[in-house]
Amino acid sequence: MAENKKLSIIAFSGDFDKLTAVFTLGTGAAAVGYEVNIFFTFWGLDAIKKKQGRSFTGGNWLTKIFGFMMGGLKVTPTSRFNFLGAGPKIFRYLMKKNNVATLEELVEAAKALGINMYACEMAMHVLGLKKKDFIPEVKDVLGVASFLNLSDGGQTLFI
Amino acid sequence: MKKVLDITKEHCPMTFVKTKIELSKLNDGDILEVLLAEGEPLDNVPRNAKEQGYNVLSIEHVEGTTHKVTIKK
Repeated sequence: MAENKKLSIIAFSGDFDKLTAVFTLGTGAAAVGYEVNIFFTFWGLDAIKKKQGRSFTGGNWLTKIFGFMMGGLKVTPTSRFNFLGAGPKIFRYLMKKNNVATLEELVEAAKALGINMYACEMAMHVLGLKKKDFIPEVKDVLGVASFLNLSDGGQTLFI
Repeated sequence: MKKVLDITKEHCPMTFVKTKIELSKLNDGDILEVLLAEGEPLDNVPRNAKEQGYNVLSIEHVEGTTHKVTIKK
């Protein structure tokens, strides 16, 4: 019997559909007793920013542009069929119609289930973000070695 | 103390996600009655509750495709 069931997910992608997969897997695993770690890096950092919506974060003009373009969960594009933003709207409509959990509901469930969320130090530096720019549920800022330590003994997924 | 959770309209993973969140709010001895649909929820919710150490007191058919699972902490 697997007592220490553990799932670690590297959330690299900032796409709507892929983030939905990250949080579906994460909440599903947590709901059946897994210890779940999600390591947000690069585009994935978009999902855990405190200030959702487009804003000019960061120290210099380049990071400010990224801060504007990466506007958080509401404006994430789908990885295909984005059609200038129509894609996610269509998918959200279909999900609501079929009573499937929306991305926001899954993120709230992740917080309620105590999923461990971490931010990647390297990506943060590049995009000019600081720990205070993230939601309070983000436990810590980590590098590769710490993440590998955390995920040791469990399953790891790259999304 | 008894609580009722209706997840008949939910789909995976919210079925057992919502159940787990409600179960974790219970005190010892509290009861959670979960109304769910047959298929995936009926297959998974009682089993997951048992695996995590909760007592599944009963699984009853209510009507149509709805079943009631009574879980005690």
